[in-house]
Amino acid sequence: MSTEPFLVLSALLFTIGAFGVLIRRNAIVVFMCVELMLNAANLAFVTFARHHGNLDGQIAAFFVMVVAAAEVVVGLAIIVTIFRTRRSASVDDASLLKY
Amino acid sequence: MPTAAAASIFPRLTRMDGYYGSYVPVLAIIVVGAVLVTAMFLGNRLLRPSRPSPEKQLTYESGVDPVGTGWAQIHLRYYVFAYLYVVFAVDAVFLFPWATVYAGLGWVTVGEMGVFIGIIAVGLVYAWRKGVLAWT
Amino acid sequence: MSVVGLLFLLMGAMAVGSALLVVTTARLVHSALWLVVTLGALAGCYLLLGAEFVAWVQILIYVGAVVVLLLFALMLTRAPTGVQTGLTTGNRVVAAATAGVVGLVLVTVVVAGFGGARVSVDEESVGSATSMGDAIFRHWVLPFEVLSVLLLAALVGAIVLSRGRASSGEETP
Repeated sequence: MSTEPFLVLSALLFTIGAFGVLIRRNAIVVFMCVELMLNAANLAFVTFARHHGNLDGQIAAFFVMVVAAAEVVVGLAIIVTIFRTRRSASVDDASLLKY
Repeated sequence: MPTAAAASIFPRLTRMDGYYGSYVPVLAIIVVGAVLVTAMFLGNRLLRPSRPSPEKQLTYESGVDPVGTGWAQIHLRYYVFAYLYVVFAVDAVFLFPWATVYAGLGWVTVGEMGVFIGIIAVGLVYAWRKGVLAWT
Repeated sequence: MSVVGLLFLLMGAMAVGSALLVVTTARLVHSALWLVVTLGALAGCYLLLGAEFVAWVQILIYVGAVVVLLLFALMLTRAPTGVQTGLTTGNRVVAAATAGVVGLVLVTVVVAGFGGARVSVDEESVGSATSMGDAIFRHWVLPFEVLSVLLLAALVGAIVLSRGRASSGEETP
């Protein structure tokens, strides 16, 4: 089977994720779109691992998932902290670094 | 033997050896589950009488009219346990591949996993010392 | 078309469709639930590519832990369950144009760069838990240990952030 369908699916998912980051207002949904983009990159990693017939791409995808989990833990803690001071989870209301 | 009979009729479908063949039962369960749920809801829709009224749309709360909305803000302390769960789920995921290879690779691998768990355990000790784990 | 190709088409259509719904749905909680479908379809793609372990880790970590954390955060920020307006910004056209250009560049690059490349879909699994464990503990030990430091940093950071105001007595139960 050709690699192209997998890579095109990966590119499409990355595009949808990027579109979501650009248009969504809620910070948590922006986070979900970032997760979509990370997953698109993971699909490309796994496809290349299969293409080359070794495991390095799969290990990279696995490590990306672990890093994504750590990122979600800290990122959502930041969003929840911002919500507690501003009573809003919209990225438009968090445009100032200092409050 | 029903399996033998099925294997003679559908030799391609019941071949369970190989990588893709081993996932045929998983796929079959997903398909059967989807068909079952769809058929049940479809049958329900075809057989039931439909007389909607505003009262029927209310949330059932033991016969009393519901008060407020069903979606309240939860307290922050649950969130602490949620992210502790995420960190230790990631930790556990590393234990699965480790458990399959440590016998072959020897004590060095046990030490490496010990360092990994030790470093994360520092985080747990930190959470405990900061009083995050206490409920009240 | 082979069975694997057909299954891939199904998974790919599911992933793209539910990803579009994540981005466009008017209910916040539905976004998280459609994300589960996208991640599940991607796990199916990993299985088709022989990456067994990565697929099940995807289910365990992403669907089992990360999406749960996202739903927790939605509840904490008092996200309403009903249909909402104003969830998306007004510059939809600019965003679509930017994303379209990004997509076009990505698709062109992968098709130009890997046009003739093949993946084998014969009967073998390349990424079982045993082979992944062997690779991690033989060649990737240092990144593995560094990840534990990263997880520790994330844990401490999240504890510091979520304790910040609670200790001053603002957030009493």
